Amino acid sequence: MSPFRQLLMSRIRLFLREPAAVFWVYAFPLVMVFSLGTAFRSQPVERVLVDVVRNSHAAEAAQALAESRLFRVTITDLPEAQRRLRIGRTELIVEKPHADPASVRYTFDPTRPGSLVARNAADDILQRAAGRRDVLAVTDIRSIQPGGRYIDFLIPGLIGMGLMGGGMWGVGFATVDLRIRKLLRRLLATPMKRSHFLGAMIISRMLFTIPEVFIIVLISRWFFSVQVQGDLSALFVVILGGAIQFSGIGLLVASRATTLETVSGLMNAVMIPMWIASGIFFSPDRFPDYLQPAIACLPLTPLIATLRQVMLEGAGLADITIGLGTIFTWGIVTFLLALKLFRWQ
Amino acid sequence: MTAISVSGLRKTYPGRPPVEAVRGIDLTVRRGECFGVLGPNGAGKTTTIEILEGLLSPTAGRVEVFGMSWDTQADEIRQVIGISLQETRLAEKLSVLETVTLFRSFYRNGLEPHEAIRRVGLEDKTDAWIRDLSGGQKQRVAVATALIGRPQLLFLDEPTTGLDPASRRDLWGILTDFRSSGGTILLTTHYMDEAERLCDRVAIIDQGRILALDSPRQLIRALQADHVIELQVRPEGSDLSFLTDLESVEQVRDDGEAVCLSVAEPHIAIPRILEQLASRGLKLTGLTTRQASLEDVFVQLTGRHLNDRLPDRPPDSGG
Ligand SMILES: Nc1ncnc2c1ncn2[C@@H]1O[C@H](COP(=O)(O)OP(=O)(O)OP(=O)(O)O)[C@@H](O)[C@H]1O
Ligand SMILES: [Mg+2]
Repeated sequence: MSPFRQLLMSRIRLFLREPAAVFWVYAFPLVMVFSLGTAFRSQPVERVLVDVVRNSHAAEAAQALAESRLFRVTITDLPEAQRRLRIGRTELIVEKPHADPASVRYTFDPTRPGSLVARNAADDILQRAAGRRDVLAVTDIRSIQPGGRYIDFLIPGLIGMGLMGGGMWGVGFATVDLRIRKLLRRLLATPMKRSHFLGAMIISRMLFTIPEVFIIVLISRWFFSVQVQGDLSALFVVILGGAIQFSGIGLLVASRATTLETVSGLMNAVMIPMWIASGIFFSPDRFPDYLQPAIACLPLTPLIATLRQVMLEGAGLADITIGLGTIFTWGIVTFLLALKLFRWQ
Repeated sequence: MTAISVSGLRKTYPGRPPVEAVRGIDLTVRRGECFGVLGPNGAGKTTTIEILEGLLSPTAGRVEVFGMSWDTQADEIRQVIGISLQETRLAEKLSVLETVTLFRSFYRNGLEPHEAIRRVGLEDKTDAWIRDLSGGQKQRVAVATALIGRPQLLFLDEPTTGLDPASRRDLWGILTDFRSSGGTILLTTHYMDEAERLCDRVAIIDQGRILALDSPRQLIRALQADHVIELQVRPEGSDLSFLTDLESVEQVRDDGEAVCLSVAEPHIAIPRILEQLASRGLKLTGLTTRQASLEDVFVQLTGRHLNDRLPDRPPDSGG
C-alpha cells in the first residue's frame, strides 16, 4: 500500500483511539454554539423596569404605565429608587411631585440605551394619560431580518475559531509529540518521503475538522435557524481553505519546537490576537483605524470575513476569489516553509 | 567486500564547552560479518552509529555504506539498511501489525508484515497495541521494523539493554538468523558477553577513540595474562600489591569486593600466592579463577570497568 495512505491511516487511527481528543474536537465547538447561541438568541422584548416614587399621585401614574404592558412598575421611596437606578435594577425613576400634579420628573442615565428608551416611552404614556392627542396616524411594521441577529453573526465566527483551533492544536501537538518520542527520527531513517509525512499530518487533520465544522452549521440551523444564504459548495471551499490554512500554520508553529510547553506557548501567542481582533465575537471595525492594517494581516480575519460573506450575504464563489486566494496562499506558503524549517530530531 | 568504511571520523557537539564525542575513528565492516562497538556510557557509540545511519552529520571524516555516500545517495542507502535506535517510543496506540505495515510501505521491496512479526516471535501479539507490550516485546517490534525492508545491513544501538536474559537470548537468535541469511550487522553494546557471543569483530571505544579492534578471541589472547584470579582476604582492605612481584602475575587490582590478579599460568601462581599470604599472616577467605573476558581487556586498556561511571571531567588525552 502507498506510504502516503499508510501514514494517513495511522494518523486517523491514532486520532480515533484518543477518546479525549475526539471529545474535545467535536464536543467543544458544539458546547460553544449552544451556550452562546442560547445566550444571544433574540428574545421576546422584556418589560422594562421602572420605579415610581411613593406619594399620593404614585398609584395613578403606576397604573397608566403598567397598562401599557411595556413596563414592570415598582412603587418605592426616592432614596431606594435612586439606589436601584445606580445598581441597574431599574432604568427610570418617575416622580409626580406632590405639590404640582401637572408636572413630572424623570431621573435616568442617558448613557444607558435602555434608560433613554424607557424615559421616552414612559413620557408618551403619561402625556397621553394626561390628555395629549397625537396628530399623525401611525402604522408599525415589525420586520425581523433573517441573518440580522447576533447569533447569525456569531456562527461564522465560531466556525472560523473551530478551524483555527482544530488545525493548530491538532497538527501542532501531534507533531511535537512525535518529535519528543524520537519517532520522527526513526521515520527519517527510512526511505519515507518527508512531504508524505507532513502532507499526512495536515490532511488527516482536515478530515476531522471539516465534518466538525459542518456539524456546527447543521446544529445552528436546526436549533437557532441560522441559514446559509450563499451556496453550500462555496461554503465548503471556504471551509476547506480554512482547514488547510490553519493546519499549515500549526505545522509551521510546531516545526522547530521540542517541548509541549514551547509549542503551547507559541500557539497561544499566535492565536490570542486572532481571538480578539479577527472578528469571532464582534466586528473588527470596532478597533481604531490605525490597527486595521495589522488586523487585516491576521490569517483568521479573511477567513471569517469570507465565511460571513457566504453565510450572511449570500456570496457565491465568484464573489470571494480574493478572500479564498488569501486563505489558500496562507496554507500553501506555511506548508512549504514548514517543510524547509522542519526539525526532524 | 566492504559494507561500511569509515575514516578520520570526528564529531564535536557545539556547546560550552564543546563535546568531542568522536575523536578520530577509522574502521571497516565487511559484508556478512557482525561487528560490535563496545564501550562504556558516553564513549561515543550512539554518536558513531548515528553518523553511519545518516542521522547525524560528522564534523570531519568520510563514511561510505556499500560504497555510497550519505551526501549524494541517501535514499539508496536507506533502502538497504535497517535501524533500531537506542531509544524510540513507537506510537502507543497502533498495533504491532499496523506499525510494521506502516514501515513496510516505505520500502520498495521487503518482507510481508506477518513474516517480519513471525521472525521476531510476536505472532500472538500481532493485534496488540504497542502500549500493551513489555519492554522486551517493544524492542522486538523495533527489530521487526528494522528487518521489514529486507535490509542488507542492520544497525542496532544497544538492542538488548534492559532485557531479561531470556529475551536477550531470543534477540541473539533473531540476529544469528539474519546473519546466516547473508546479512551484515553493526551493533553497539556495553555487555561484553553479548559482544563475545555475537560478534566476529569488536571495536573497543572509549572517549571517542578506538582502543582496540579485533575478534573477541584475539583481543583476549592478546592479554599477556588471560586468566583472572579473584581473592578475598582478612583483614579486608589489606594491600596486596606485593603479589605483582610473583612469577606469572601480571597485574593486581583491588575491586573493592575482591582483589583481581591477571595471571598467565594459574598452576604456577596459586601456590606462591598462598605461600605469600600465609607468611604475612593474612587469612584467605575466598578464591576463584576464571578465563579472562572482554571486560578484562577493557579494564587493562583503560584501568576502568565498562560499567563504571566516567569521571566528571574526562582527562583530555591530548586531543
Ligand atoms: N546532542 C548532544 N549534544 C551535546 N553532547 C552530546 C549530544 N549527544 C551526545 N553528547 C555527548 O557525547 C558523548 C558521547 O555520547 P554518546 O551518546 O555517543 O555515547 P554512548 O557511547 O552511546 O553512551 P551510552 O552507552 O550511554 O549510550 C557524551 O559525552 C554525551 O554527553
Ligand atoms: Mg548510546
